[in-house]
Amino acid sequence: MTPVKLYPPRPDKVYFFGTCLIDLFYPEAGLDGIRLLEREGIEVVFPEDQTCCGQPAYTSGYHDEAQAVAAAQLDLFPEPWPIIVPSGSCGGMMRTHYPPLFAGTDREVQAREVAGRVFELTEFLVHVCHLRLEDRGRLERVAMHTSCSARREMGLAETGPALLARLGAVELVEQARAAECCGFGGTFAVRHPEVSAAMVEDKTRAIEAAGADCFVTSDCGCLMNIAGRFEHRQKAIRGEHIASYLWRRTS
Amino acid sequence: MSVQHDSVQTYTPRDFHRQAHEALENPQIRANFRKAMDGLMTKRRDVFDDWDLETLRELGASIRLRALAKLPDLLERLEANCEANGIRVHWAEDGEEACRLIGEICRSHDATSVIKGKSMVSEEMHLNTHLEEAGIEALESDLGEYLVQLNEQTPSHIIMPAIHLNTDEISRILHDKTGTEQTRDVDTLTAAARAQLRERFMAADVGVSGVNFAVAETGTLCLVENEGNGRMTTTVPPVHIAVTGIEKVVEHLRDVPPLYALLTRSATGQHVTTYFNMISGPRKPEEHDGPEEVHLVLVDNGRSRIYQDDELLDTLRCIRCGACMNHCPVYTRVGGHTYGTTYPGPIGSILMPHLMGLEETRDLPTASSLCGACGEVCPVKIPIPDLLVRLRRESVGEGRGNVPGAGVKRSTREVAAWKGFQWLATHPRAWRGGTALAGKLKALMPARLGPWTEYRTAPRPAGESLHALVKRHRAKRATEEERS
Repeated sequence: MTPVKLYPPRPDKVYFFGTCLIDLFYPEAGLDGIRLLEREGIEVVFPEDQTCCGQPAYTSGYHDEAQAVAAAQLDLFPEPWPIIVPSGSCGGMMRTHYPPLFAGTDREVQAREVAGRVFELTEFLVHVCHLRLEDRGRLERVAMHTSCSARREMGLAETGPALLARLGAVELVEQARAAECCGFGGTFAVRHPEVSAAMVEDKTRAIEAAGADCFVTSDCGCLMNIAGRFEHRQKAIRGEHIASYLWRRTS
Repeated sequence: MSVQHDSVQTYTPRDFHRQAHEALENPQIRANFRKAMDGLMTKRRDVFDDWDLETLRELGASIRLRALAKLPDLLERLEANCEANGIRVHWAEDGEEACRLIGEICRSHDATSVIKGKSMVSEEMHLNTHLEEAGIEALESDLGEYLVQLNEQTPSHIIMPAIHLNTDEISRILHDKTGTEQTRDVDTLTAAARAQLRERFMAADVGVSGVNFAVAETGTLCLVENEGNGRMTTTVPPVHIAVTGIEKVVEHLRDVPPLYALLTRSATGQHVTTYFNMISGPRKPEEHDGPEEVHLVLVDNGRSRIYQDDELLDTLRCIRCGACMNHCPVYTRVGGHTYGTTYPGPIGSILMPHLMGLEETRDLPTASSLCGACGEVCPVKIPIPDLLVRLRRESVGEGRGNVPGAGVKRSTREVAAWKGFQWLATHPRAWRGGTALAGKLKALMPARLGPWTEYRTAPRPAGESLHALVKRHRAKRATEEERS
C-alpha cells in the first residue's frame, strides 16, 4: 500500500509522460489529458524523447532491459516539476518500481527523486488541481473501471469516480466486483489467453448488467482489453480513457 | 500428463493450461468456486470492518519477520523447550525423510491405523501414500479432507479442501462410499460423516496433526480448527505426531494472539475458531486423558534454500490462511486442482517452484495478471506480486539462479525480442519513426493477433502518434498566441 502522499500546491509547469500504449493506440487520450491540464493554466512540457516506462520487460523478468529503458526516461525530467502520467500502470511502475529497480546503482537517488514526482493524471486533477468541471454532455450512465495498478499499487480507487461525480449529467453506475481485475495484465493476456478471456468476459458482463451506456478507465491496457471484448461481442457499449471523456464533455 | 485411473484424476502443474481449459469449460467448477470465493471475500471484509487492519498487518508481518530473522536460534529453543515438556523432536531434511520418521514411530507402536487432523505439510510430502504402502491405514478426519479422500482427490484449497464440491456432489460421494442416505440437508450430511469418524478416532493407534504456530519460548504447539477433529486427533489416540514446516515457529507466546486474530479473520472471516488447541506435552501422571507420547517432526523440504535468499525469504512468512487464493481472480476461475500442486493459487505459485522446481511449475509464476489482490489481503504482507516477478526472472535465466530449474524458459528468440525492445525504447528517434510508421501502415495490421483476437478485436494503431499530435497542438497554440 502506498504511504500517505502529501500533495504540492498547483504548479505552473508539469511534465507529461504519455506512455507507449497511448502513443501508439490512443494518442487523443494523451492530448486530452494535456488539454485538461492546460485549461487549468498549467504549462505542460512533453519531453520529445520519451518512449516507454519499461514495464513490459520488467514484469516479464528482463530487468536489465527494463532498467536501460527506465534510465533513458529518468533523464527526461531535469526540472523539479511534477510528472503527470495518464495511466496507473505506468505511473505505478515509475513510482513504486523505479526505486528498487535502481537500488545499489548510481541512479538510485535520481530514481527515488523522479518517483516522488510521479502523479497519475486523475490523482493530480483531483488532489492538486482541485478540478472543477462544467458538464456540457447529455445524460449518460457510465461505469468506471479503475485499473488494478491505480487501485492497489498507487492507492487511487477514488480519484476517477470523484472526477466523474463532478459531471452533472453523468450517472456513475455500480458494477458487481468493480475491484476485480479485467484480465489484461500485459503479457498475461497472451500467456494465459483463456483465463484472461474468462476474466474480461465477466468484466464486460458486469458492466452490461450495471446498465451502463459506456465505460471509462484511466488505463489504456484495460481499455484495449474491455473495449476489445465488447466490440468482439458486437455490443454497443463503448469505452474511453477518462481524460478524453472529461475533455469531450466539458469543452 | 493428467492421467485417468478409473475415476481418479490426477493433476500436475505441467498441464496447467489444459487443466485450466477444462476447469473454465466446467460450469459446475466455475459456479462452485465463484460462489465460495465471493462468500469468503465478503466475510473477511465484514469481520475486519471496524479494525485498523493496516496496523494489525504490520504487526503480523513484523512478528513473522522477527521469527524468520532468528529462525536457526528459535528452532533450537523450540527443540529444547519441547523436549523439556516431554515432546520428542525429530528433524527431516525432506518429505521422504519425514515420511520415514513417521512410519518408524508408527511401526514402533505396531500401529495399523492413523487418524489425521488437517495438515498441508503431510499433503506436501504425500504421507498418506507412504503410510498405505507401509500397510498403515491413514484416514483424514477434517470433514473436507475426509470427503476429498473418499473421492480419491487432493485438496483444492488449503483451508477448505473440498470447496470444489457442492452439496449434491458431497451427498453422492457419502452415499457411494459410505452408504449414507442421499440428502441436500447439510446438517444431516455433516452428522453422518461425524458419526463415521467418531468410531475411527476411538480405534486409531496414532493421531497425526499439523501445527499452526510452534512457540519457541514455551515449547507449545498451537492448532487452529473448527470441527474438534484436531482436538480428537491429538488427544484420543495413545500417540500424537505433529508435523510441520520449520518456518512455523514464532518466538513468544505473546506473538500468537495477533497472528491468530489475522489468521481466522483472513481465512474464514471468523472472529475466533471453535477450537484453539495448545499442546504442551504428553499426558501427565495425574491427568485423565491425552496421548502417552507426543512427537514433533520438523520438515525442511526446500525451506532452508528459500531462507538463504533475502528476497525469496518473504515466502516463508506465510501463515496459510488462504486469503490470497480467495481473492485471486485466476484461482476463482480455474479452481485449485488446475494448479496441480499441494498449495494452489498465489501462495502456491511463489512456493511450489522451490519445492518442485521451475521446470515442473513453469506456468505458475505467469499465471497471474499481477493485479495485486493477493498482496493487498495477505495478513503478513508478503509481496506476492513482486515474488511472482522474481520467479519470472529466474524462469528466463535473468535472476540470481538459485531456484531449482532457473533458466528453464530462456529462449534466444525472447531474449532477442527484449533486447530489440530495449534498443528501440532507448533510441527516441527510431521510436518516433516506428510509431509514425505503425500509424501509416495500420491498414496492413493483421485483423487477427493470435489468442488476443479470439476473444477481442485487435487494437488499431492511431493514424498519428501522441508525439505527432503534441507537435501539431504546440504549433496551433503558438499561432493562436501570435494572433492574440
